Amino acid sequence: MTMGASRDGYGAALLKLASDPTVVVVEADLGKSTKSQNFRKVYPERTISLGISEQNMMLVSAGLATSGYKPFASTFAIFTERGFEQVRNGIARPNIPVHICGSHGGIHTGTDGSSAQSIEDLAIYRTLPNMLVIHPSDDISTEMLTIQLADMNSPSYTRTARNKTPRIYDADSASRLEIGKGVTLREGNDVAIIACGVMVSKSLDAAAELAKEGVEATVIDMHTIKPLDGELISNLASRCGAFVTVEDHSIIGGLGGAVAEHLSSNCPAPLERIGVKDHFGQSGGGDELLEKFGMGINHIIEASKVAIQRK
Amino acid sequence: MSVDSDGRQIHSIEELEATAMLCRRGIVTMVHRANAGHPGGSLSAIDMLVALYKTRLNVDPSNPKDPERDRFIMSKGHASPAVYTILNEMGFISSADLETYRVLGGVCQGHVDMKWTPGVDFSAGSLGMGLSFGLGTALAARMDGSSRTSYVMLGDGELQEGQIWEAAMAAVHHEVNNLNVFVDRNRIQNDDFMDKQLRLFDVAAKWEGFGWAVRECDGHNMSELLSALEWMDSITDRPAVLIAHTIKGKGVSFMEDNPAFHGAAPNDEQLAQAMEELQ
Repeated sequence: MTMGASRDGYGAALLKLASDPTVVVVEADLGKSTKSQNFRKVYPERTISLGISEQNMMLVSAGLATSGYKPFASTFAIFTERGFEQVRNGIARPNIPVHICGSHGGIHTGTDGSSAQSIEDLAIYRTLPNMLVIHPSDDISTEMLTIQLADMNSPSYTRTARNKTPRIYDADSASRLEIGKGVTLREGNDVAIIACGVMVSKSLDAAAELAKEGVEATVIDMHTIKPLDGELISNLASRCGAFVTVEDHSIIGGLGGAVAEHLSSNCPAPLERIGVKDHFGQSGGGDELLEKFGMGINHIIEASKVAIQRK
Repeated sequence: MSVDSDGRQIHSIEELEATAMLCRRGIVTMVHRANAGHPGGSLSAIDMLVALYKTRLNVDPSNPKDPERDRFIMSKGHASPAVYTILNEMGFISSADLETYRVLGGVCQGHVDMKWTPGVDFSAGSLGMGLSFGLGTALAARMDGSSRTSYVMLGDGELQEGQIWEAAMAAVHHEVNNLNVFVDRNRIQNDDFMDKQLRLFDVAAKWEGFGWAVRECDGHNMSELLSALEWMDSITDRPAVLIAHTIKGKGVSFMEDNPAFHGAAPNDEQLAQAMEELQ
């Protein structure tokens, strides 16, 4: 099995985007970790280092964007949140196309512990008008989706993950990726498992196990949290009639919240949410923590069965 | 009309002072009409805005989005009446637009907003952000090889925000020489005098410590302001900050140095008195 970390896909995308002379990278330290250093090494004249100052980074990026540049600003997911009000008032409100990337999102980040494990970023950025929110599942899809961001005329937040997880895409399947469109990775009529980020591969594993028991699950990579692919969810409500959302994020307000909002307004159906259940993380291995917090493959299987029973 | 060697219109001190007086009348009138707003910090800032727009800023009301324009970033965005009145004087917005201040659908939003008002380069209203934005526009100009200049106005109360000092540090690190800052040192913030809320101590020493070129002046003396603009032009190795000592509410006796008029409108009688005084 080939492994990849979505943050590496971000670094690869920046290098490919560099042929556009208006693409600039803005850093608040941590470029080694977010992988923006890949760009810095080749294009130092288009890399703006601001030191450990996330609030400043957000508004410097906004100033660059209103002057014809396409800034990609990155730090850890958790530290982007330090500049949240700057994003809200200085970027989203005037609809300035600044592309923010928060790496090391989620519990899976692991041993650094709870201070580094953002479990609320998708939720808070999703509440902002004009913001696009994406959370790709592997390095290949992150690279493709990040490249697409450069042509967007609105701001975006992308969450990437620190650790390597099984690759979902190859160059061919990634070429069909489109921001705002969920990807059907497996088809089944009993339950729809909608996942994002590092939980997509776990969901595929869970679906394979369910199939052994005669339960056929659809698995969706919902890489775009906002705008949510509501058409796909509505179709799945007709076809499967039961849902499980799976995310390395609080069950409040993120992918699970977004899907729940769509279902309750348009096509009510039972929904079980796998995610962090309203508590903070702790140190430990990524997979260890997922198991401890009820987010492992067996938990997805169990939640799928519960959702089906609730039909 | 005469022009200088750079093609700029030459204005006499008297002309500039007359423009500032018209703006002061406009500020008080707008806030009275809306029965809300921030007259004190508008009246302290307006002389600087008149000097800057009339003698320095390269902007064109017929092409407000010209990519090669200088940028003016009003970081203390609540002092929007000052911006609106000078934009009106410059021809970016009409006198009728001034009447839409704080009105539903109005061109003149409560705080300056680039999405609503021609000639506004930055959406403010939350303090502490404008210097970072100005650093971004200055860095962009340098990458473009352009001579356009970014001017940022900060309130002194705003200097309590940590982000200001993040940006101040970064501007010197990046050695930008096309970024000029005005600090409107009126010594009053929303709740009270700054010395009672959170003292700044030696403001000039703080900026000097960060590596900026620093100058102080009387922010209501037009000839001192013109000299300060010349001084900003002369600084070519680092960013420059002018600490302009001002009086909050300047020109209206009962508003001067009065924290109550940070964010309060005059009533009808007070408006009449203000118009008497602003002649």
